[in-house]
Amino acid sequence: MSELEQYAAGIEELAKRLGLDYYNVDFEIAPASLMTEIAVYGLPIRMPHWSFGVRYIHQLVRQSMGHSKIFEVMFPGDPCRAFLMDGNSIAENTLVTAHVLGHADFSKGNELFARFHEMAGGNIVEHAAAHAQRIQQAIDAVGLEKVEAVLDAALALESHVDVDGDLHRAPYPEFVPEKATVTQTAFHRRFRDLPGEAEPAAPDVGRIRAAVPPHPEFDLLWFIAHYAPELEQWERDIFLAVRAESLYFYPVFACQIMNEGWASYWHARLLREAEFLPQPLYLAAIKAHSDVVRPYAAGQETALAINPYHLGFTLWEHLIERHGMPRAREVMRDEDDFGFIRNFLDRELAEKLDLFVYEASAADGIKVVNRDLNAIREAILSPKFNYGAPRVAATDVNTDGSLVLAHEHATDGRGLDLGRAKRVLEYTRRVWRRPVRLLTVNDRGEPVELTA
Amino acid sequence: MIRIAAEAPWYELFSRGARDWLRHNQKVREAVRDTLPEILSGEDLMTGPSGNRSVLVPVKFLEHSRFRLADPSAQQGAGQGRGQPGDVLAPGRESGDAGAQSGGTENGEIRFVVEMKLDEIIDWIWEELKLPELKPKRASTMDEPDYVREGWDKRGARSRLDRRRTMKEAVKRRAIQENPVAIVNDDLRFRQLVKRATPSTNAAVIFALDVSGSMDEAQRKLAKQFFFFALQGIRRQYAKVETVFLAHAAQAWEFDESQFFQASSSGGTVSSCAFRLALDVIQKRYDPGRYNVYFFYASDGENAAEDREPATAALKSLAGLANYSGYVETGGIATFRPRETQLAEVFNELKRAGLPVGMSPLSSQEDVWRAIREFFQQAESP
Repeated sequence: MSELEQYAAGIEELAKRLGLDYYNVDFEIAPASLMTEIAVYGLPIRMPHWSFGVRYIHQLVRQSMGHSKIFEVMFPGDPCRAFLMDGNSIAENTLVTAHVLGHADFSKGNELFARFHEMAGGNIVEHAAAHAQRIQQAIDAVGLEKVEAVLDAALALESHVDVDGDLHRAPYPEFVPEKATVTQTAFHRRFRDLPGEAEPAAPDVGRIRAAVPPHPEFDLLWFIAHYAPELEQWERDIFLAVRAESLYFYPVFACQIMNEGWASYWHARLLREAEFLPQPLYLAAIKAHSDVVRPYAAGQETALAINPYHLGFTLWEHLIERHGMPRAREVMRDEDDFGFIRNFLDRELAEKLDLFVYEASAADGIKVVNRDLNAIREAILSPKFNYGAPRVAATDVNTDGSLVLAHEHATDGRGLDLGRAKRVLEYTRRVWRRPVRLLTVNDRGEPVELTA
Repeated sequence: MIRIAAEAPWYELFSRGARDWLRHNQKVREAVRDTLPEILSGEDLMTGPSGNRSVLVPVKFLEHSRFRLADPSAQQGAGQGRGQPGDVLAPGRESGDAGAQSGGTENGEIRFVVEMKLDEIIDWIWEELKLPELKPKRASTMDEPDYVREGWDKRGARSRLDRRRTMKEAVKRRAIQENPVAIVNDDLRFRQLVKRATPSTNAAVIFALDVSGSMDEAQRKLAKQFFFFALQGIRRQYAKVETVFLAHAAQAWEFDESQFFQASSSGGTVSSCAFRLALDVIQKRYDPGRYNVYFFYASDGENAAEDREPATAALKSLAGLANYSGYVETGGIATFRPRETQLAEVFNELKRAGLPVGMSPLSSQEDVWRAIREFFQQAESP
């Protein structure tokens, strides 16, 4: 048994004793190169796409500048899969082991995670590898260019899924009952009351073919997969694979502050109570802890981005201190970041943490705008609305088969970046194989229509 | 139960990140292809060693687009630290970057350079234009004697000993002998060389440029681009290509490449002197019996009226010697001419007479490709 395994076993025993509840965790020690790829792809094995190559180079550049060190990656599931970096010290990896157990506990206890776990099963890592393999088969069968065109579209729409919906959705009902079109005006009533033969009853049309989509559809990946006029089976597979992976990523995205905070709380507590750890190792691990859970980069007094580890950690410590662990576990079960921040980031904490809202513009630079609590909450949460993407819905399929998308600019507050939107339409058109139109507004708030 | 696995090196087999990065670069190259003529015209690439030449092209990363909200005039975010409302954390203008940082999605601009092999570029163009391969002249006089391997002999230079053959002979002999010796002199086999005539793969390309006052900078640049691609096309086909650069106004001179495009002269245009100088060069240095000679000429077509006869005569004999002679006529829309210029008439006349010549207008970037296509399709089918 290695030193790390000894400590890990001790920490696990302690975790169970403190009431952590989780699926088994398979740890793997991985080299830096794999850690980098996991950070870039989001999964150990994932479909190939050139855009990952760009992110990969950016990640390598950041790492070479020392801006980004990856300690651990953890995939919730049954079992959970965790990757530890082989370059980490024993102290760091002991800390990381405790941290991962915090994540494992969170992902089993949190409702949002539990719902997606139930829908998708507990082995996304294997699913993603299978998707990648099927896509490779498609590449062998029809060629890279064609598959890439489909991936261009599917990955561009990655965040456009219905996170409240099911992974396996039934198609729209094909027929709907016809609505009675009885108009009851004064004239109709008088006409009916006239003496004479009764008017023959209108023939019963019964049901009519339903419009597609019957309502604005925000699950664009699902909609295109099932309603594109000439989609091949392998193309549908790709869209549904991207959608399944996107749904898997959603709880991680929507609970980032809670989840990282929870794991940080637990790694700190587990380490503190693990009396079997040698003192120097404990100190080294706690030093690593304070490097991760700190609000500002070393030597700075302000930060223009809030460190989710620090914010989450502080919120949980406060909450547990004030309301006790059973209440904290309830919050952990019920909330996502929206509820967590809105309900538990109070004025006292915001002041203690020195939070503020700033505004950045090219002309005026970066200015502190206010320290209003609600504004702070919304500024923290705004990048998380709608999975971080604008609200775009499929609203119509015309008789010529062309697709109409509409952007809910009123909710989003402004229009789309037109150049990018146009390119996304071009990707989509190659899959839809008919013209694709998009309605949004320009920077003066006037309606514009893009076509591809 | 915690299990820690330390083996499992499946992921070391290859790097998925590198694979996708290479695919990205491939797409970048395809995008760069469209702007090639401009990229290439900047440099003196025509002479110099032909292998391994490459151009460095600065490019940006390709962006995989997604729906995104338009950039607001001012971006809001949550921060942490000291500072009261109204405090300026970073001054405006030069710190526009900081806003992007806080968004957390934008990557700092990283530019990189793609190295493109010239041969690769030319291959693309040839594929794209669907141009045929040039054929060397089919004439017995073109044959050049060369040594080729042919057969084996029992005697020969040690360096040409064929060990495989020798061992075969030894095995055969030992199979029928009793108490055989390992190798004897009789087993040795040597490769033999024989002198044979092979078709010549030498080419000489003569470029002639009208540098009289009426040729402006833009016209010369187009001519240079055309010459460049014409030369590359010929280089693809021949093992050894020599180049000659002639410039003329009322007189003709030979230059090297770097001076060639700078040369300028005031005064009239007498094309025949360039043709005669080319003839002279061919006769002195490039025997048409041993060289595939190509002649390319760029001019605005305004030749002196009294030079018509001499020019026609000189060109006629030149066309008789060369595999192909091509003429590009420069001049933009500004120099619209209702009738053919004198030189165009001369070339068309010779073409009708069945000589391997051709002409093409060259007034814009796209014309470069048109001219290349024109010439290489004709040059191939005389």
